[in-house]
Amino acid sequence: MYKIAVLGDYDSIYGFAALGLDIFPEEDPEEAAKKLHELAGGGYAVVYVTEKLADQLDGVIEKYRERVFPAIILIPGVSGNTGRGVESVRKSVEQAVGSDILFSK
Amino acid sequence: MASAAVTPTRMELTRQKKRLATATRGHKLLKDKRDELMRQFMDLVRENMALREKVEAGIRAANANFVIAKAGMSEESLRVAFMAPRQEVYLETSTRNVMSVDIPVFEYKTRTADSNDIYSYGYAFTSGDLDAAVKSLADILPDMLLLAEREKACQLMAAEIEKTRRRVNALEHVIIPEAQQNIKYITMKLDENERSTQIRLMKVKDMMLEEAHHYKERQQA
Repeated sequence: MYKIAVLGDYDSIYGFAALGLDIFPEEDPEEAAKKLHELAGGGYAVVYVTEKLADQLDGVIEKYRERVFPAIILIPGVSGNTGRGVESVRKSVEQAVGSDILFSK
Repeated sequence: MASAAVTPTRMELTRQKKRLATATRGHKLLKDKRDELMRQFMDLVRENMALREKVEAGIRAANANFVIAKAGMSEESLRVAFMAPRQEVYLETSTRNVMSVDIPVFEYKTRTADSNDIYSYGYAFTSGDLDAAVKSLADILPDMLLLAEREKACQLMAAEIEKTRRRVNALEHVIIPEAQQNIKYITMKLDENERSTQIRLMKVKDMMLEEAHHYKERQQA
């Protein structure tokens, strides 16, 4: 039985608490990285991270990219969309095909 | 080339031929695997992108709702409202095997079946906008979970495709040519040895005949 976590600044994620996801307000990248490691080992199958925070957690997120669990998924925060989530999909295409043939504009 | 390392013997030749056969078969299989993975990946990644756009738009809209809701009430009462959530979401996870890639399958369960349990507060001290905001977020949760599943699958498959592609390339451009080269080298070397033995035998035969019949002396006489 796995749980779902949401990581980011409080204003972006507090709504998810109502739905029954576990929220972890973090803004400091180091604290967040520590938390992410903790969540990955602690029975969370999906961790949603706000794009703004993810910008500062590059290496950590990359580490979990090729593992089955947890799935770290980027979501836009209250301050807007940085395009990082879409970027990560593009990255998959680039990794698989060699160049981005699907979504490049 | 690598041919300096192989010893030109029949045993080695058989070994290299076997290696070439295995490599060729492996190359064909891996190429098929790569193509099929790629086909499935393309479908999956398109779906992934569509879902992501939908979810991002949904969250953006929900966030806007939350901002409006927050404007109508105090920070404290907002925090209090979300302090003790009534609903909980659990995931049942399993994995599905797609072309030897284990991709996750999520099935989510809520603690209570009542869809109204997302409102973890009494309605007296919160604005009505908050209810709408929570509802809008709850509506995209299934899509968010689906996105998590698809996106992870895409990442795992991309990694597998990359690995398979490398293997195909290594077989095609290194292992197979190397084996072919070795086989050619050994065959030529063996033929060469055979010819030299043949010549030596002919020479020996000449010498023995000369010994027995003394052709040269007779010619002079």
